[in-house]
Amino acid sequence: MSAAPVLEGSTARRPASGLRAPDRVVSVAVPILSVLVALGLWELISRTELISQRDLPAMSTTVQALWDMVQTSVFWIALGHTVRGWAIGLGLAALLAIPIGIALGSSEFASSAFRVPIEFLRPIPSAALIPLLFLTLGTTLKSEVFLATFGAFWPLLVQTMYGVRDVDPIATDTARSFRLTRNERLFRVTLPSSLPYIMTGLRISSTVALILAFTAELFMGTPGLGQRMNYLESFGLNDQIYALALATGLLGVAIHFAISALEKHVLRWHPSQRKAAAS
Amino acid sequence: MSPRLYRTLKIGAEITVPILLLVGWWLYTVERDDPKFPRPTTIIVEMRKLFFFDQFDTHVVPSLERIGLGFAIAVVLGVAIGIPLGLSRIGRSAAMPHIEYWRAIPPPALLPISIILLHSIGNTQKVAFIAFFCIFPVLLNTIDGVRGIEPTLIDTARSFRIPSHERIRRIVFPAALPQIFAGMRTSLALAVIVMVLSEYFSSTNGVGYVLLISKNTFQFLPMWAAIVLIGVLGYLLNALFLLVERHVLAWHRGWRAATPL
Repeated sequence: MSAAPVLEGSTARRPASGLRAPDRVVSVAVPILSVLVALGLWELISRTELISQRDLPAMSTTVQALWDMVQTSVFWIALGHTVRGWAIGLGLAALLAIPIGIALGSSEFASSAFRVPIEFLRPIPSAALIPLLFLTLGTTLKSEVFLATFGAFWPLLVQTMYGVRDVDPIATDTARSFRLTRNERLFRVTLPSSLPYIMTGLRISSTVALILAFTAELFMGTPGLGQRMNYLESFGLNDQIYALALATGLLGVAIHFAISALEKHVLRWHPSQRKAAAS
Repeated sequence: MSPRLYRTLKIGAEITVPILLLVGWWLYTVERDDPKFPRPTTIIVEMRKLFFFDQFDTHVVPSLERIGLGFAIAVVLGVAIGIPLGLSRIGRSAAMPHIEYWRAIPPPALLPISIILLHSIGNTQKVAFIAFFCIFPVLLNTIDGVRGIEPTLIDTARSFRIPSHERIRRIVFPAALPQIFAGMRTSLALAVIVMVLSEYFSSTNGVGYVLLISKNTFQFLPMWAAIVLIGVLGYLLNALFLLVERHVLAWHRGWRAATPL
């Protein structure tokens, strides 16, 4: 049994019986301080021309550029396009991957029949499909959504399959002995038990979908933040390139927090969340 | 149905389904007869012509080199930074906002910046770019692996007065190794993706470059050949990695098997 990969800092903490004052300092002040120090260093490195200001615009310059940028409608329209590509891609991936994952996960026969194709298709980097989509579907929303869906599909599928396989057999047998129908078993036992896995898959997939939506825009020119980035790059507007990258990162963080909040909400009954809430 | 028959059928399905899918793909391309979707057999012929082994040096070797170097740097840095962070709560508090931010940013958003900062579209930029994004899975898994160590182990070592560098070398590192390997596997898959992205953005050689040129010249055959090659590359690297992992973590598997869960 190999350890499952952790895709982010886990929330499990050693049991802390009420936060002592130094603990609170560490968990609140230190992160803030560390961000401030990093921003200060950025400003310093650029201002002292350790790296020339042309190559690394100072923090204040970048923030100013970002501030100017968020006052334009172009920026918000581009952001809207990126979020749309992400949302449709992730939604479609969920619609496809969860039912297929449940079907493959609940049948040993089906999962072994499709094991080889899945193992082979999964590691194909979706990035390799960009030129093909560019020449077949063109620079449309369709290409962007296809790419995002393809990328987001695999992590969700695999997580759902693991989740379904991990359902406690005693729970299934109990449900069966109570004469619950197949459908009832699915909605009352299988789905709730595998939900933690599915939510983890959704979190991974949402990151992947955002990456691929942005990638499609950058490389294929479908409208969105990526296309703006390409445009700015061709004019060598370094301040704005940095500002846009900063904004894209913030979008990534926002999406991450949104999905984590959704996970916490959907799984509020689950022990993993209860423990996290208690500490 | 007897269990034996079931098993035979299952193995049969495992073999026939992929073959059926391949045949289906082939039939589809024959039926469509579209230059955009060449037959699998044609793709394989093209692959041999393009990559094996006449131009292996110009297309495949640079890409593999970049993956290898970038991945190696990422693993070394990820473990070297991850172990102290796993041991220190203050260090973790300070590092987490940065890790969370850089992990959430879509890698291609930094492609133009990497070129501006490093003044390079060659190996310096490619390797640095791959290494940067491959650090995070290794780093996070190392931190988690270190934090998950049985406290008794460390306390025992401490009460035997084992110096801290020995403690890290003999207890912390081996105990975190299974989790580090899990992170490395994620990183390796990521390395292939990031390699393709960085080569596709700007390059003068490599598999991603073949993709870029064939797109610009509307040549579907080399494009398909490159796509299949990248798929095979990802598959083989993963398989190779699992092999290494099985070998390196043999002690761990044995230990896990011996302790009832």
